[in-house]
Amino acid sequence: MDQGVNLMERILLLIHPEADGSLPKSALEALGAAAALSKEASRSVWLSERATGGGFVATCGAQRFLGVVGEQFAQARYASDAAAAEALIKTSQATVVLAPATSRWSRVLAGVAQRVGGRIDTHVTALEAEEGRLCATRWYYRQRMFARITRGHRPWMLTLEPGIAPPWQGAAGSAQVENVAVALPDAMRRTTVSGVQAPAADQQTIRPDADLLFVAGAGWTKNQKDGKSHVDEAAKLILGFLRASKASLGSSKSLVDLAGEGQAVLPFMSHLNQVGQTGATPRHPKGLSTCCHGEEPHVVGWRFISERRAVNLDPNCGWAQGKADVLYVADAFEVMAKVNERL
Amino acid sequence: MPHVFHVVVCGGIVPDPLQSLEPVAGAAGPSLKNEMMLPAVLDPWAAHALYEAAHLVKAHPGSRLWLVSLGPKAKLQQVMMTVAQKVPFELIALDGPAGGFTEACEVAEALANAILGIAGLDRGKLLLFGGWESASRGAGATLAMVGERLGILDQFQGVDQLTVNADGSLTVLERIEGGQHQVSTAAGAPAVLGWATGHLPEPPNSPAVGMQNMRAIMPALGKAQPFRPAGEGLRFLSVELPRQRRETRIVRDLSAEQIADELVAWIKG
Repeated sequence: MDQGVNLMERILLLIHPEADGSLPKSALEALGAAAALSKEASRSVWLSERATGGGFVATCGAQRFLGVVGEQFAQARYASDAAAAEALIKTSQATVVLAPATSRWSRVLAGVAQRVGGRIDTHVTALEAEEGRLCATRWYYRQRMFARITRGHRPWMLTLEPGIAPPWQGAAGSAQVENVAVALPDAMRRTTVSGVQAPAADQQTIRPDADLLFVAGAGWTKNQKDGKSHVDEAAKLILGFLRASKASLGSSKSLVDLAGEGQAVLPFMSHLNQVGQTGATPRHPKGLSTCCHGEEPHVVGWRFISERRAVNLDPNCGWAQGKADVLYVADAFEVMAKVNERL
Repeated sequence: MPHVFHVVVCGGIVPDPLQSLEPVAGAAGPSLKNEMMLPAVLDPWAAHALYEAAHLVKAHPGSRLWLVSLGPKAKLQQVMMTVAQKVPFELIALDGPAGGFTEACEVAEALANAILGIAGLDRGKLLLFGGWESASRGAGATLAMVGERLGILDQFQGVDQLTVNADGSLTVLERIEGGQHQVSTAAGAPAVLGWATGHLPEPPNSPAVGMQNMRAIMPALGKAQPFRPAGEGLRFLSVELPRQRRETRIVRDLSAEQIADELVAWIKG
């Protein structure tokens, strides 16, 4: 798994369990990336007390397993997470620190890099060893261009995007986890995490693990053939499709901006759905855009969508041509009604 | 009981999102082709932070708002002509490159030093705002590093909502995975908040606010401290535009039923 790689690095992989004690897929992908760099590397596991002793990754080949354990570290709070990460980095004397780009790690690791005198690169989409040095690929200007970079400064911290490597797979086992003690004075406990606010299950439209991203553009709210807008019908069609297909919903900026301006548009659409220049760049195997006429969904928001199709009334839509695999020149209202019937 | 905040918004400038961007290599590292000629705007998420900050300051009399911005002086002046019409603020300007290829920790050091030099700033009342990521480097690193340099241990990223409670504590909604928000409550200032979109629309232009702001902005630009990043340790091996252009099959003559059949087969396939 590490042929041709002779990295002289001490690699620390930081992972955290979910609230139920399981490991997120992104953590296993990060472990896969770390394992590909060097099986000789020293890796570490950070555990909350609800985790199961490193058993998930016990056979990954790491030389050491380090853990920070305690109820105070269970919540995703900057001060305690940063203190834990700092302690693990110092204990491991890592030269390279890897972590999945979860919201939890993304919140703290830049600050930790500052604290330990390191440097950080985030949203890394590829890692490789070349001539004995570590090289990373990341995107700039909101996925408009990509760069391969390397650094001489250590420690070098990198957060890894989902899909960077196949998830590590191995037998469960029993790991010898060294507990790293971390003091948490009152100044680090000024913040309390009280929970998660999520839409009701039947109203949840953002599904990161979905096979399909459905992008709705502002055309859904515009006047149709009869000279009138049909927002209620659009909402019914879109929600019906999401329910039947289990797709994740994305939106163009123009559509969510209409909602922010107080106009009565699609009630379930928010800035959280926005993809593109000032929104998300989600990763899904397939993407279907409808009524999108801007650059953003097709150029930036679709950067990491493998198969792409679009439904658009404009056959000359330059934004879809060259960006989508198939462009259907048709009325999305009619097409999606038929799609829903078939699903 | 009134709560007074000193809000500092860190916000850089970026090329207008509709511009075509092309990287070029130079002796000092990569940059954008014709970078100085590209129309610029205030970084979008930092702009949301500025609007949220102005809303907060207005709701809490006695509070103050500063905007700390790093960029080439001439470009800053151009952008401020528009931004100044949105909300009242005091500008602290730094004259240096605003591009995405600069080193975050060097920018953080310059911003932190500028903030420490703000006359009248009470760090016990400080709320450090900014965008959770820029539209240039897009790393989400600088603001957290500034916060660390200022010794702030309560930090939040991807913020969509801030509520000041009666006791001065701060309830924050942060974006997390799956379209959800984490709900946290901090004891109060100081805190770092890296904003996502927030809840406020872009304010309309106000010429009166613009005139009031510009009286102080021009002198602030004149006093802009120079920033020259060293870029040590970071080496760009390549910077490229993605070259892939798809061969799009344009389907014009199918009925809605036929298209639906194709799509369903594709979705299920």
